[in-house]
Amino acid sequence: MIQLSHVYKTFNANTINEKKALVNVNLTIESGDFITVIGGNGAGKSTMLNLIAGVFPCDGGQILLDGEDLTRQPEYRRAKLLGRVFQDPMMGTASEMGIEENLAMAYRRGRRRSLRWGIRQEERALYREKLKTLELGLEDRLSSKVGLLSGGQRQALTLLMATLQKPRLLLLDEHTAALDPKTARKVLELTDEIVERDRLTTMMVTHNMRDAIRLGNRLIMMHEGRIILDIMGEEKKKLEVKDLLEMFEKASGSEMDNDRMLLS
Amino acid sequence: MSLFFQSLLGATEGAVAQSILWSIMTLGVYITFKVLDFPDLTVDGSFATGGAVSAVLVTQGVDPLLSLLIALLAGMACGYVTGFLHTRLEIPGILAGILTMIALYSVNIRIMGQSNTSLLGVSTIFTVLSGMFAGMSMNLLTILVGSVFAAAVILLLYWFFGTEIGCAVRATCNNEYMVRALGVNTNYTKILGLVLSNGLVALSGALVAQNQGYGDVQMGTGTIMVGLASVIIGEVLMGSRFSFAYKLISAVVGSVIYRVIIAIVLQMGLQSTDLKLLTAAMVAVALAIPVVRKRMLKKAPEEEQEDAE
Ligand SMILES: Nc1ncnc2c1ncn2[C@@H]1O[C@H](COP(=O)(O)OP(=O)(O)OP(=O)(O)O)[C@@H](O)[C@H]1O
Ligand SMILES: [Mg+2]
Repeated sequence: MIQLSHVYKTFNANTINEKKALVNVNLTIESGDFITVIGGNGAGKSTMLNLIAGVFPCDGGQILLDGEDLTRQPEYRRAKLLGRVFQDPMMGTASEMGIEENLAMAYRRGRRRSLRWGIRQEERALYREKLKTLELGLEDRLSSKVGLLSGGQRQALTLLMATLQKPRLLLLDEHTAALDPKTARKVLELTDEIVERDRLTTMMVTHNMRDAIRLGNRLIMMHEGRIILDIMGEEKKKLEVKDLLEMFEKASGSEMDNDRMLLS
Repeated sequence: MSLFFQSLLGATEGAVAQSILWSIMTLGVYITFKVLDFPDLTVDGSFATGGAVSAVLVTQGVDPLLSLLIALLAGMACGYVTGFLHTRLEIPGILAGILTMIALYSVNIRIMGQSNTSLLGVSTIFTVLSGMFAGMSMNLLTILVGSVFAAAVILLLYWFFGTEIGCAVRATCNNEYMVRALGVNTNYTKILGLVLSNGLVALSGALVAQNQGYGDVQMGTGTIMVGLASVIIGEVLMGSRFSFAYKLISAVVGSVIYRVIIAIVLQMGLQSTDLKLLTAAMVAVALAIPVVRKRMLKKAPEEEQEDAE
């Protein structure tokens, strides 16, 4: 169980560029939840995920994971609990290193690194088997540099890396946004498969309302740094895009900026 | 003409011999410049620190080999200081290196108690070995000792960068965000790279001091340029292949070729005081080549496009 209580985050406080990115956010994520997160530009979605991951510190509030206080833990220490995939396909992998080297580093997430050899022979079989499930033919290119892969291949690889060691929470921040529609769909299906198979607790930011409704068991909507909607269970299953738009207008008192929200 | 070549050969032999001792410094610079993508100016100071520590210890009767080890540790401490300034205090990399380098000038004089320490009549690894192998020339001996050290350092680096920790260090320059997301403290890996690099630079300085028979506070001036020039020459001549061991060997070959080039231009009448200009120009040109090439490549399709329109 992950608990965010009274979490605040302000960027550039006390300057002309002051931006309240998160305002009193309270959220309890149950184990096994698959939460989709939607909201307009600058609503604070990425900020919330980054705070959970420890990219920057909270200004106020507390983040607990199964009772363990993460609030002041540095990013690299929390990493043992979290799997992450970013919007930018370049962010999740080391382009100058081989596919197997990237996987080997991910395989050691949260473990003490030693002066033992970086990849052991028996790991290669595991990586090959895991890569096969992606159906991208990467299992035959273990030593290829990741820089040679396409954006979609890199995202699929990053997803695999994030889940190679089962994370307590998987954080996906618009991880298909930079891909072409067909590849995006493929990576999304893969995500659903992996989350389902490993029963991962997941938070997925998306700007596609259809995906947000179709996937997961719970949906939250953010606006100006607050969570304005939290829908789960049966209620979520019956949801339609037009319901969401209505709810948004009622809760926020303004119209959804449609330019980035994909309604189709 | 033949006299020119004869004296060149003489000069080159000496140059090549010392260059192998310097190549260990180049391997250190390779780690920061190529693996960490951090042009580390600490080396100007830590090279002299290595020389100073070793020279002082040897004059006090410490075993010359042991003095090399202590010089290595001293260099590692220098690297740690730069790493600390850069990561914990968030001082930009170049400036952090300069700060340590400047501070080390005073420290090195403190270590020696004066600006240089002569090793005349003191036993160094080279005098000890030349006593053991009486028939061997000093140049040959220098080459042998240098080769043994360079080979050992290459093996050590090859091993280290293949380990779990070494992989994390390599990945840090490639993609810090990923490395942190995978649970590695990137401050630690950056410091580790700097520590390793400056340790090797100081070891090289210690070997050079024992070889030339004195330690001097000025002996490190311009080390970074020599290191960069050597790395770049090695890369240009040997190409950049995927294998890490090959790249390390390229750095050593680059060091040797650099000295040969210097010996040739000196023979051709350039003053030794002109060398810094020459080295800086060499590095500037080598760094500019990929940029200019990219610009030319980018220009070509643009022109095609304009034609098409
Ligand atoms: N590192 C930062 N420094 C300053 N301001 C920031 C920083 N990160 C985010 N912000 C600001 O905080 C607000 C929330 O940003 P955030 O990235 O969380 O939005 P988002 O909901 O992810 O939006 P998007 O859909 O565009 O990704 C924005 O106004 C943004 O400009
Ligand atoms: Mg975002």
